[in-house]
Amino acid sequence: MNDFGLLDGFANALTPTHLLFAAIGVLLGTAIGVLPGIGPAMAVALLLPVTYAFEPTGAFIMFAGIYFGAMFGGSTTSILLNTPGESASVMAAVEGNPMAKQGRGAQALATAAIGHFVGGMVGVTGLVLVAPLIASVAVDIGAPDYFAIMVLAFVAVTGVLGASRVRGFAALVLGLTIGLVGLDPISGQPRMTFGVPQLADGIDVVIVAVGLFAVGEALWVAAHLRRKPTEVIPVGRPWLSRDDVRRAWKPWFRGPFIGFTFGSIPAGGAEMSTFMAYVTERRLSKNRKDFGKGAIEGLAAPESAASASSAGTLATMLTLGLPTTAIAAIMLAAFQQFGIQPGPLLFEREPALVWTLIASLFIGLVMLLALNLPLAPMWAKLLRIPRPYLYAGILFFACVGAYAVSGSPVDLVVLLAIGGIGFLMRRFGLPVLPAIIGVILGPDAELQLRRALQIADGDVTTLLSTPLSITVYTVIVLLFVIPLVLRRRRPVEPAREDELV
Amino acid sequence: MATLLVLVTVAAALLLVPPAIGSLAGGGDGNQLKGLQVMVPNSPGGGYDVTARAAASAAEGAGVTGAVEVFNLPGAGGTVGLRRLVNDEGDARLLMSMGLGVVGSVYSNDSPVTLRQTTPIARLTEETEILVVPADSPYRDLPQLLAAWRANPAALPVGGGSSIGGPDHLAPMLTAKGAGIDPKAVNYVPYDGGGDLLAAVLGGKVALGVSGLGEFSDQIASGDLRVLAVTAGARVPGVDAPTLREAGVDVEFTNWRGIVAPPGLTPEQRIELVAAADSLHASPEWRAALDRNDWQDAYLPGDAFGAFLAAEDERVAGVLRELGLA
Repeated sequence: MNDFGLLDGFANALTPTHLLFAAIGVLLGTAIGVLPGIGPAMAVALLLPVTYAFEPTGAFIMFAGIYFGAMFGGSTTSILLNTPGESASVMAAVEGNPMAKQGRGAQALATAAIGHFVGGMVGVTGLVLVAPLIASVAVDIGAPDYFAIMVLAFVAVTGVLGASRVRGFAALVLGLTIGLVGLDPISGQPRMTFGVPQLADGIDVVIVAVGLFAVGEALWVAAHLRRKPTEVIPVGRPWLSRDDVRRAWKPWFRGPFIGFTFGSIPAGGAEMSTFMAYVTERRLSKNRKDFGKGAIEGLAAPESAASASSAGTLATMLTLGLPTTAIAAIMLAAFQQFGIQPGPLLFEREPALVWTLIASLFIGLVMLLALNLPLAPMWAKLLRIPRPYLYAGILFFACVGAYAVSGSPVDLVVLLAIGGIGFLMRRFGLPVLPAIIGVILGPDAELQLRRALQIADGDVTTLLSTPLSITVYTVIVLLFVIPLVLRRRRPVEPAREDELV
Repeated sequence: MATLLVLVTVAAALLLVPPAIGSLAGGGDGNQLKGLQVMVPNSPGGGYDVTARAAASAAEGAGVTGAVEVFNLPGAGGTVGLRRLVNDEGDARLLMSMGLGVVGSVYSNDSPVTLRQTTPIARLTEETEILVVPADSPYRDLPQLLAAWRANPAALPVGGGSSIGGPDHLAPMLTAKGAGIDPKAVNYVPYDGGGDLLAAVLGGKVALGVSGLGEFSDQIASGDLRVLAVTAGARVPGVDAPTLREAGVDVEFTNWRGIVAPPGLTPEQRIELVAAADSLHASPEWRAALDRNDWQDAYLPGDAFGAFLAAEDERVAGVLRELGLA
């Protein structure tokens, strides 16, 4: 039993039945990713009862296909319509949508698809090679370490505040405030819920992103449509130019390392991965001035990080039985339905299942690339729809998506209220991105800080008690100090302001 | 564009297949409950959801009911769904899947509607909670742990997979109270579900973990975790640990799940629903579902469940009141 390896897995995954399951999975996943409101977690949960009749390997091949397919499909609406359907694809809208508006929609979709392919490949390779290692490290990371990483993320946020620091911080605080809504994570007391029970679970980051990006922009366009001639967004050539590839290939390969790492630790997940990948590229890129206006690097890295984070999530779930995201939790429940317990013993007990599943991930990724690359120019044609109809459609999909999350009309009201805020932010020149990052990071940072302090019974020194946290704080200090030292050495050359962060 | 349409159509068709399969099952002989809806007050894949869907498909398969529509109305620990249920007074075709967690949520969310307003139909399953420590923990058994806990409760962080008022929070509070430790002094650290908690327990971030048995069974089998006690009234097969009572703490506690109906049903309507629950419980399909999910049968119909629910409500309210949360 134990000598069943990856090659046997490929032999098993390439049987017609398993190929069919993989094909159904990636097709469904792509569709689910494109449709707003239905996430991969919900889709797998709803399909679970149907799969009792199947043998487990086939079912899991399908589930994994849905998971990765949704990552591919999720960026489509983000890029074209500025309407992210999943939290993993929020960052895709930031650079992808400006690209689409410049008539580079097909290139943006292709960049995203190749990014997901590369990220998935690197991530699944990571799953094969270092899964047990990274999984054991994941257990050692505690609340003080997470909080240190959050602080680093907040320092990185200052790089995306935009031209005016004051406006950037105002937007960040707005996001942090929205993140406060809901039950206090430690004491269970309601905060800013105004007696509305539907607000007790907080406001989903997807609703905030769709509200600020899509609804806010639709309102803004509607308010200005009469003053501007209605022009149709150009579609342009479908192929990536040599320059595009030259700029994107490094981010494609850098993103997965960030994504896999954050995906495999609890409290990481796709949001943190994509955000960290984005700010890293923004810092490293020579074309920093293009960021926010459709920089291909800022799309390539988060997309490859998103798929790699899925592989990281699977690594932790398979080797530790430890689900780090909602979909992993449901897949874990699915394993248990079939009487299989993922965890330390899974690779020994069920080698055929595990290696077939991993082999089918490679096959599924190839299928997804083959499916999504040719679709890119076709999706991009959506933008030929004249603007009034296009934005009406966007509003419709945004509302359907928000409603579908939990079937609650309150979510629609919240969406429209946030859309109104998004409109006002555009009116007064507040950048939208820091607000969304505030919603992503704020609740996590608060939870980890309070958890760390609670475990240590209020002792503040616990925040500096682990090697990892000390390392991260050192990096933060260096990020602040090095630019200052460099500036002092060469006082002749005035440093650009955005290099100080 | 044509390929696009084909793709969307295929996807839509595939998405519609599961409900179609559901409605084909069952068949009809005239004696079934028709048009039954089951509301799940948490999201797809959660505990109440899995229970509801398994029960619905068993009931359809056994011919107890016609096609059952299971839908989710998540929010605020189940109290959003509870509000809808209480609002649909007199609707004898609506049931809600629920459990101990909802009892606590009513208090922690300060819900204006309570479970006492509902019509209890049946308790279906239960699962013991376990007190676990990592393999390298200094605590070999419960008395050792209790001694350290009594000496300095604040220095012994207790991790649980549920928020305040949930089963993993109530179990250590009741245990502490039973062992003579002030529940207010317990340093409870909530984690987001069993997986998140597992990492914290294995990594030694918390001194004691409290969870349902199912989520940790493999780590217990592999020896990574040591169970100090189970909270159920009797020992659990396959787990080498005493009950709390055997270990000297007079507390019995399980995390149970059941179904309730809206208020204002006529006695006939209520009897009809309880009879359907009886038939479900007797069916081989439900037996198979219990086996497949490793659930403990804890069937308790009608009035007996009502009395149990009232007692649990009282007990939970007592603990939370003591903590200043209700």
